[in-house]
Amino acid sequence: MAAFRAWDTELASEIVANHAGQEGPLLPILHEMQETFGCVPEPAVPLIAQALNLSRAEVHGVVTFYHDFRREPPGRHVLKLCRAEACQAAGGDALAARAESKLGVPLGETTADGRVTVEATYCLGLCAVGPSAMIDGRVVARLDEKRLDALIAETNS
Amino acid sequence: MSARLYIPRDAAAVACGADEVAAVFAQALRGKDVTVVRNGSRGLAWLEPLVEIETAAGRVGYGPVSATDVPALLDAGLLDGRPHALCVGRVGDIPWLKRQTRLTFARCGVTDPLSLDDYRTHGGMKGLERAVALGPDAIVEEVAQSGLRGRGGAGFPTGIKWKTVAQTQAPQKYIVCNADEGDSGTFADRMIMEGDPFVLIEGMAIAGIATGATKGFVYIRSEYPHAIAVMTAAVKAARAAGLLGRSVGGSTYAFDLEVRSGAGAYVCGEETSLLESLEGRRGIVRAKPPLPAHKGLFGRPTVINNVLSFAAVPFILAEGAKTYADFGVGRSRGTMPIQLGGNVRYGGLFETAFGITLGELVDDVGGGCFTGRPVKAVQVGGPLGAYFPRALFDTPFDYEAFARRDGLIGHAGVVVFDDTVDMAKQARFAMEFCAIESCGKCTPCRIGSTRGVETVDRIMRGEDRAKNLEVLADLCNTMKFGSLCALGGFTPYPVMSALTHFPEDFHAGPRLEAAE
Repeated sequence: MAAFRAWDTELASEIVANHAGQEGPLLPILHEMQETFGCVPEPAVPLIAQALNLSRAEVHGVVTFYHDFRREPPGRHVLKLCRAEACQAAGGDALAARAESKLGVPLGETTADGRVTVEATYCLGLCAVGPSAMIDGRVVARLDEKRLDALIAETNS
Repeated sequence: MSARLYIPRDAAAVACGADEVAAVFAQALRGKDVTVVRNGSRGLAWLEPLVEIETAAGRVGYGPVSATDVPALLDAGLLDGRPHALCVGRVGDIPWLKRQTRLTFARCGVTDPLSLDDYRTHGGMKGLERAVALGPDAIVEEVAQSGLRGRGGAGFPTGIKWKTVAQTQAPQKYIVCNADEGDSGTFADRMIMEGDPFVLIEGMAIAGIATGATKGFVYIRSEYPHAIAVMTAAVKAARAAGLLGRSVGGSTYAFDLEVRSGAGAYVCGEETSLLESLEGRRGIVRAKPPLPAHKGLFGRPTVINNVLSFAAVPFILAEGAKTYADFGVGRSRGTMPIQLGGNVRYGGLFETAFGITLGELVDDVGGGCFTGRPVKAVQVGGPLGAYFPRALFDTPFDYEAFARRDGLIGHAGVVVFDDTVDMAKQARFAMEFCAIESCGKCTPCRIGSTRGVETVDRIMRGEDRAKNLEVLADLCNTMKFGSLCALGGFTPYPVMSALTHFPEDFHAGPRLEAAE
């Protein structure tokens, strides 16, 4: 579980400056923004646009194109369930339904108490040991009902 | 010399508890003369975490090991390779491994992925040394002679691609590695990056020398944090050792690499979309021409190849084009690292010469479904690959043979399904996935996929079935021939193959709710 910083213009400017020498710096900058603030906050868009000599629309377009970039910070825990074919073949559908019903929210949403964001992911590359998931960056395979319930219980901490 | 104990750091092993196992071993072995090596995976997924101990008689394996097994394993004499219920004997003698032809994956799971000494001891850097001695033209010729074709899925001859870039004049050229391995059922790129990253670096450096490119990028999908970490560390180590930089391995050639992370867009596995993404834009597919070889990254001539294509090159240079081309069949030369996943008993990484049949792979190698039920279908080549029924299990693994049966090898992922799978649902998912991941540039893909989901829904509800089946076939035809890239163009493969080979799943009439 990561602790995110509150928006800080100076810190954001530093992040942009860190990537000054890179070719094609926008994605690395957005990744670092999200690692720092938990999302790409709205004020980051004009700041990045100015620094890279892009329009706000261009930066906004990039932020919204990629599934990874969030506009709001996620819940305290992030549970990603693989929903791709190999995990479907290994019983992933039933597990996804179970997670949705246990957490009371559909995939792609955060529980009302902000405890956990549950998302679909399309392949973690663990296709021979599925169904698989990732919780707060940690990969977990050979999921069954018991192991899934344990992961959900972990988000109570 | 202290004994070496191997515990994989591969993400699949970690996901099965390898880190916990390593922690318990570290605690138990404190003060003992044992070195723990975090190796890559051998690719025997059902045995992960597979722990190996080096003995006078070779490496003896134990798996699948859980953290709670460790004390008993040590008591049984694991450090001397003694028997235990989890002992699988000498790892090199395991038939599943023995029947493979590991050229690209020769070191994966054997060595310490981040040790350059290990890499060299096991034959690494020979390809680069020979490449430096040969010079650009001869390298390109060697790669062309090997018959190597792009391992990402399209199967385009690598030598021709390299030659085009080599012959195009420009002040800056690039080598880009497509490590956006998004196809479900594939993990070979991830395994090689986590288990033998230097082979990829070596392959890319050879490409740089061959084409006159001095800068390279490895674009790795963000779903692979472990691969990103290992590759980043390997690039740093290679730079420190002088293998990357102004003078590659002491030669007159310059080449350096940067690791970049994707951001969760499947379409970025398409080469032009990947280049857009690297440049910092939306991953929107480019129309071709111009080819990336003429105008690629930042408008410069660019070699863009899959991880496995680059990783095959060091062997080809070290052992010669002929040695590589002697493996395989027809126009599919060399070996293919095939990935067996889904509902399969013995899944993992199986590198073998082209020509093995689908049936051998699924039944003999894979051992059928882990659920013990009959195999109903296998999807080959990821979410854009066709579903094959048992009746087509005699298809040999070969680009052309698969194409003749309206399928594709793609990145060689084989996903096995048992008889509980509903093929209409799988067809619907193919359309749904295309709708989620479409970059939106071309209409057949952007809109066709959504209409496809709706049409399959109507068929599944039993609404005007004959008419809607016709609409679906027509829609697939439009997507296949009217889309700009393989996402829209190949989505019809899983849909139409499901329809063709499993019509009964589409003819069930009005479905009973909660029939499962």
